[in-house]
Amino acid sequence: MISTELRRYIEEIERRAHEYGLDFFDVVFEVIDFEDMNMLASYGGFPVRYPHWRFGMEYERISKSYSYGLHKIYEMVINNDPVYAYLLRGNTDIDQKLVIAHVYGHSDFFKNNLWFSVTNRKMLDEMANHAVRISRYIDKYGYEEVEGFIDICLSIEDLIDIHSPFIKRQFAVKSFLEDDEGERKPVSKLRSPSEYLEDYINPPDFIEWQKKKSEDEKIRKKKFPESPKRDVLVFLLENAELEEWQRDVLFMVREESYYYAPQMQTKIMNEGWAAYWHSKILTEKVVTDNEIIDYADHHAGTLAGRAGSLNPYKLGMELFRDIEDRWNRGKFGREYEECNDIETKRAWDMKLGIGKEKIFEVRRLYNDVTFIDEFLTEDFSREHKLFTYAHNQSTGAYEIESRDFKKIKEKLLFMLTNCGRPIIEVMEGNYMNRGELYLIHRQESVDLKLDWAKEVLKQMFRVWKRPVHLETLVDGKVRAFTADGGKKGKDVEVQSFLVR
Amino acid sequence: MSLRIEQDWGRFREIVRGKIKQNLRKYIIRSELIGKKGKDIISIPVPQIEIPHFVHSFEKSGGVGQGDGDLGTPIGIAEYEGDGHAGNQPGEHILEVEITLEELARILGEELELPNIEPCGKKNIKSVSGKYTNIHTAGPESLRHIKRTFREALKRQIISGSYDAINPLIIPVTEDKRYKAREPVEEPAYNAAVIYMMDVSGSMGSEQKEIVRIESFWIDAWLKHEYKDIETKYIVHDAVAHEVDRDTFFRVRESGGTIISSAYKLCRKVMEERYPQEEWNLYAFHFSDGDNWSRDDTHECIEILEESLLPSANLFCYGQVESPYGSGQFYYDLEDHLGEKDNIVLSKIPNRDAVYDSIKKFLGKGR
Repeated sequence: MISTELRRYIEEIERRAHEYGLDFFDVVFEVIDFEDMNMLASYGGFPVRYPHWRFGMEYERISKSYSYGLHKIYEMVINNDPVYAYLLRGNTDIDQKLVIAHVYGHSDFFKNNLWFSVTNRKMLDEMANHAVRISRYIDKYGYEEVEGFIDICLSIEDLIDIHSPFIKRQFAVKSFLEDDEGERKPVSKLRSPSEYLEDYINPPDFIEWQKKKSEDEKIRKKKFPESPKRDVLVFLLENAELEEWQRDVLFMVREESYYYAPQMQTKIMNEGWAAYWHSKILTEKVVTDNEIIDYADHHAGTLAGRAGSLNPYKLGMELFRDIEDRWNRGKFGREYEECNDIETKRAWDMKLGIGKEKIFEVRRLYNDVTFIDEFLTEDFSREHKLFTYAHNQSTGAYEIESRDFKKIKEKLLFMLTNCGRPIIEVMEGNYMNRGELYLIHRQESVDLKLDWAKEVLKQMFRVWKRPVHLETLVDGKVRAFTADGGKKGKDVEVQSFLVR
Repeated sequence: MSLRIEQDWGRFREIVRGKIKQNLRKYIIRSELIGKKGKDIISIPVPQIEIPHFVHSFEKSGGVGQGDGDLGTPIGIAEYEGDGHAGNQPGEHILEVEITLEELARILGEELELPNIEPCGKKNIKSVSGKYTNIHTAGPESLRHIKRTFREALKRQIISGSYDAINPLIIPVTEDKRYKAREPVEEPAYNAAVIYMMDVSGSMGSEQKEIVRIESFWIDAWLKHEYKDIETKYIVHDAVAHEVDRDTFFRVRESGGTIISSAYKLCRKVMEERYPQEEWNLYAFHFSDGDNWSRDDTHECIEILEESLLPSANLFCYGQVESPYGSGQFYYDLEDHLGEKDNIVLSKIPNRDAVYDSIKKFLGKGR
């Protein structure tokens, strides 16, 4: 139930948000108590999820941390059309106002950011749907069985390709006939006017090379998959020997992964955008004189970092403000970059006034990686005292390592790329012509956590049911790990080999 | 109201207790909620099961932070950062709260299911405390009981006939004054003394000491919760033993060999001289990597334990931290010879994660 007073706040803030040019999905607000809030948070925001212990684990953590007073969830927003937002009962009025404005920021972001454009906007229904389907499988195949398979799926849930929803797939299936014809196609020769010039116009070496090339082509075509696949899950769905219900469970897990992926890809932007707007709407239009202190207190709490750590809300919001300011004053482009006088640069103002336009564009087109890459400037980094930290072996503590802009940016980008997860691709689904799965880890600079990688391989084996290999670098050497079931009745084992 | 999540929650707890799904046991980690107490950051253990994923070996690889400080300034960042996975819960605000040591101990007790300590049947000192429920005729003005005082004055005036019902003017004199006073309540108070001994020989590294520091912090917290006051003494030893203060205890680094009996002898001396068994509940904790100098010395240790330390202490705990150099033989020697005694507890602490189990083992006896 929403009180008339709260209803009034919502209407006012919605109107204000509209005036500022935010373009959002309708928002359905619900006021709930802390127990429900903790539960919903454990369920990843959704009221109905399939039964699984990990939600219980989340609940244990969240409810404990709440009861020890370590943290409190003020609000939760679900990307759905309409957006659902939960407010905590017992929040003070000013807390509610702030949170409502924050929610409208998120809603605008969900609706307009490119990366969210491919998410399911009826996810609330879809999640409930998943719950029903999985419950049915549980009734049919037993709790342990289904839960055990979900455990396996969760180990590989993140092996998706966050860009794949944007690829326009060509579903036209090539006929075998066409393929055959391709094979029969003779090596192309140039017409030679007379016999004796033949060897000069079509040198035998070249003809030989072309033949070989077409052979290679054929082999490559036989390769399966043709090119490495980053969406490992879809490859498993299409090719692993699974029972129908298992395939369906894996399908659902994958669907949920894709739903959550944009939120992880845009954490800094999304939170920054919402914080930017709650701050702007409240301080400019909504807060009354006697609320300002409480507002400031809560706002500061939202943006505060624990000593030394980076708060995505704050980083995102400050970056949006910085962009707005730079584009208002024309502090970008070649002329500005090439100016060497600090004073001139500081006072730079071309009175362009296109800041607002720019930030709306940024919120539409960017994700965290491109956002940081393009808009984190050296000035910003210095002004906001960013640094990189590293572990010091001799003292056993984390210490400030550097304030070098390049290093900061590099590290930040690395942490954000693929949401900080390693990139794993399927190289071959028929390795050595024995139906074995060959995965490759696209190395950036950091090794895999090996004990975990081995556990995941074991889980993969349980899905693929044939040996699974993983190629990766360990201390600069190429190694392959193989998960194999060994003899009957034996547990899955992982062995490692030095490759090359 | 019952919550839908209770089924999942119950299932999770059963897994943690090891009742079902044994195959997940190996993924259980002690995730940490960060709390703060003064300068020390303390953490409250919450069991979590980590589902393995392909991840970078982020171990100690660092990250990006924000704030003041020169290069090399240590920052308080917890181990479990940079997971990048907490992306689906907007609106979480971390609050920093001061948790009192008292509360902390209660949480610890709950988490580890520690029993309350039964103090030994020793001569216990009675302490005087209590509420202000008594009335005295003398006392400080600030405790004057106004109602009683006026009642006395009224009584006196009525008796002496100076009371005038038409103009009831009552003026208390000194004898009328009544004061609130404390009623002495005799409560048994138990004194406890804790003696920490640590091996600081060359084979004990900084990681081993850190384990000892964490463990002793929690032990202190719990014992302080159970006893009103505790006194703490620290002994370090390599081939010889010294009594040191707390700071030195955690910082000193020696390089000599290890003669454990030296510490036990000093411990015996401290106990005999300062903490007579009749008045004190004594706790002794010894941490070492278990690499004693000689078998003869180990025998001497066992003798000292059997003859003096064990009979006079509530509890003697030996925690063996694993170091790459130690043989760890001492643990087995103690187990062989004294494993039967019920006030000695032996525990191996191979790494930080094992600290919780070890505390549970040490204090789970309720002695």
